Amino acid sequence: MATYQLNVNGQRREVTVDPSTPLLWVLREDLRMTGTKFGCGISACGACTVHLAGVATRSCIVPISHVGDRPIVTIEGIGQDSVGRAVQDAWVETDVVQCGYCQSGQIMSAVALLKHTPKPTDQNIEESMGGNLCRCGTYPRIREAIKTASAQIAKGGA
Amino acid sequence: MVDSFRPADQHELSRRSFLGVSFAAASGLFVSLYLDPDSIKKVLAQEGPQPPTQAKVYPPDAFVNIRPDGKIVIQVNRLEFGQGVQTALPLILADELDADWANVVANLAPAADVYKDPMFGIQMVGGSGSIAHSFQQYRELGAKTRAMLVAAAADRWGTSADKIRTQASMVHGPGGQSATYAELAGEAARKPLPDKVRLKNPAEFRFIGKRVKRLDSRAKCDGSLKFGLDLDVPNMKVAVVAHPPVFGARVKSIVDEEARRIEGVREVFEIPLAKGTGVAVVADKFWPAKQARSQLKIEWDFTGVERPDSAELWTRYKQLGLTAGNVAVSNGDANAVDKIAASNRIVAEYEFPYLAHTPMEPLNTTVRFDGDRAEVWAGSQFQTFDQMAVAEVLGLKPEQVTFHTEMAGGGFGRRAVADSHVQREAAAIAKRLRGTPVKLVWTREDDVQGGYYRPMHFHRIEVGIGPDGLPLAWRHVIVGQSILAATPFGQMLIKNGVDQTATEGTADTHYNIPNFHVSVHHPQVNVPVLWWRSVGHTHNAFVMETLIDELATRARTDPIAYRRKLLKPEAKKPLRTLDLLEQASASWRNNLPKGHALGVSCHESFDTGVACAVDVSIESKRPKVHRATIAVDCGLAVNPLTIESQFQAGVGFGLTQLMAKGAITLKNGVVEQRNFDGYVPPYIVDAPVTVDVHIVPSTEAPTGCGEPPVPVISPAVVNALARLTGKRYRTLPLVNI
Repeated sequence: MATYQLNVNGQRREVTVDPSTPLLWVLREDLRMTGTKFGCGISACGACTVHLAGVATRSCIVPISHVGDRPIVTIEGIGQDSVGRAVQDAWVETDVVQCGYCQSGQIMSAVALLKHTPKPTDQNIEESMGGNLCRCGTYPRIREAIKTASAQIAKGGA
Repeated sequence: MVDSFRPADQHELSRRSFLGVSFAAASGLFVSLYLDPDSIKKVLAQEGPQPPTQAKVYPPDAFVNIRPDGKIVIQVNRLEFGQGVQTALPLILADELDADWANVVANLAPAADVYKDPMFGIQMVGGSGSIAHSFQQYRELGAKTRAMLVAAAADRWGTSADKIRTQASMVHGPGGQSATYAELAGEAARKPLPDKVRLKNPAEFRFIGKRVKRLDSRAKCDGSLKFGLDLDVPNMKVAVVAHPPVFGARVKSIVDEEARRIEGVREVFEIPLAKGTGVAVVADKFWPAKQARSQLKIEWDFTGVERPDSAELWTRYKQLGLTAGNVAVSNGDANAVDKIAASNRIVAEYEFPYLAHTPMEPLNTTVRFDGDRAEVWAGSQFQTFDQMAVAEVLGLKPEQVTFHTEMAGGGFGRRAVADSHVQREAAAIAKRLRGTPVKLVWTREDDVQGGYYRPMHFHRIEVGIGPDGLPLAWRHVIVGQSILAATPFGQMLIKNGVDQTATEGTADTHYNIPNFHVSVHHPQVNVPVLWWRSVGHTHNAFVMETLIDELATRARTDPIAYRRKLLKPEAKKPLRTLDLLEQASASWRNNLPKGHALGVSCHESFDTGVACAVDVSIESKRPKVHRATIAVDCGLAVNPLTIESQFQAGVGFGLTQLMAKGAITLKNGVVEQRNFDGYVPPYIVDAPVTVDVHIVPSTEAPTGCGEPPVPVISPAVVNALARLTGKRYRTLPLVNI
């Protein structure tokens, strides 16, 4: 066991866990932030995506000992960000979700994409969202919502 | 924590005050109103699931709670796992109630007799029946509740009910009086439950037929919605189970010293499984439990355990396919095909592998056993069976088991398991940890390797073509495990050795084929199988719609026109969808860019007709679906927005079976795939770029939209590929194009 100081959604949090514990399980079980989802445990589905120092990262394969002082942003905190809020609003406006289980990860990947590429092409979307699995298959509406959010951000609405 | 978001449990419900004052006693709340578990068998013993004969009375207080703050809480009698029923059923009730939609709150109901499916007689989601079976029920509930509120207002104002109108949770009297539903709730509760109520004419609908957004979107976009796996019950432990590498093997010995040394590990012990035994590891949290499981050294006993092997199964299936099996349908001359010249015959063999459902939320169930009662939290498609199973393991009666329905992250059939194997595991663990709640988590590896797959199937078809280019004779042999055989439905629903879930989509085809013979073999294989979204239609629609397309090509006839010609005139829904598809795809269907091709299919399942046209090219040796146009006839469209969603996304789910790694295979009894690296469902690049959905206007009874999107897409895509390459694709997964 070791103690770690984390910066989660702008707040300082302290946890004492086994160093091998993935960030995902620290968020879910130690910090009780269950918005970040467990889907596969091998970074193959993207349900666990968080932002680590601004980079979309699969938290299921990042041991807590590797996080260091890099700021962590999760689905619970992304709405504080203007792009994050615009994406969440576009998702609701487009009625994207079905079962909804993968959508935390989809939104986190979409926010990372739009921060880097405010006007993404279909190819940009396929590349950035390419590792986020949705078994319901909501992909057509995910594309649509990303474009809606992009337009909203361009209008300065976010 | 649990209390802030849990749906009401039975105890809360039984003392809930509907409209302020409980009338539970008067209305018989929680009296078994129509079916108990024993009578399921009687119902199923008939022609198939039939409506129970007893008069059904659904007490509104079990479904509607008008709170003093104006919120109207509506209980949803089935699981929400993406299909949108948590919005649709409240919408139906709220429409007849004239409720203010902004104040409607939906709750997933716990297991209770009153929440059983009106047609199936058990509490469940399946067969695309949520709206088809509960439309009338929820309309009547809304209308009755409204009638009681109106009666209360009439009393209060000394006027008659027919002079009163309602709108947006307000009651208005003839003299300008008005009152909110919340204000009238207490008085309304004392009014008798009306026997009969007038339901709205479609012209009066306020929500039904409108594009109403989901109620659960925001909470699914900000991380606040709690799925079963997100449960956090006080003092809860987390368990994982080491399952045998071959289905049905048993633990011979366990070396667990290293596992127990991991900090946070509490217990390691053997538990019975649905088949064989396994080893449960209980820890304070998931990670130590999973770590400990990987440290276990388990010796397995494979005595008497069959080790299925995909290659051997194909050999066996193909051999079986050469002979007729149990007859599902025989019209005309079964051997007519033999009398047709070889040049006018097609012999086609199809292979379909096992498929895993892999819902995004891994399977899980939380159980706390307190000796004389238990509490369960599960995202279940089969609450009635799962509640009974937990009760059985714990030596309780079902009514001693409070069963909460949790929001589930997908399911596609995987949470509707008649043997309740996940709940039995969870109960067996909770039994040992008496008093401590335990959340059992199946990892993705448990899920991918854990069985309950869409069965593998072999089809062999001989078609004889008539002088008009239409099929004159059709002899069809299907080989695949029976899904129903391993369920309580089997004895009743398997007729003449035919499990209709293996033949649906072929035996009941709407195509008019004069000499039509379909038979089936159901081999026994040591692999648990299960319904996978759209069940038998997954493979039968693929066979029918690719073969019909091949015949259309051979006859040099337009694929839509050919189907229209071949469909029986009474096949109203498929015919209407073909007409609408032709119109809706006219702008693009015959002007495709070079390197693109059109693919068409048409299939009715679960009483919903669907026609599909796709624009496909080949990119990086894979099919790229640039566009899909879908026409659907599902009767009255209750929520067109949800129907559009189900089809836009459901076709993506259907493409699972075309993925290069879209197969579960076995080698010497062991499943060869472990996770999403070996079994790869469609990602965004694999799904259609856009899907436009067109609904046939209809006032007929609404039918389901959960499963019908799935069957049409794969045949449409390979029909397009066939146009591009000249090859026919009959072996899935689609490894090479």
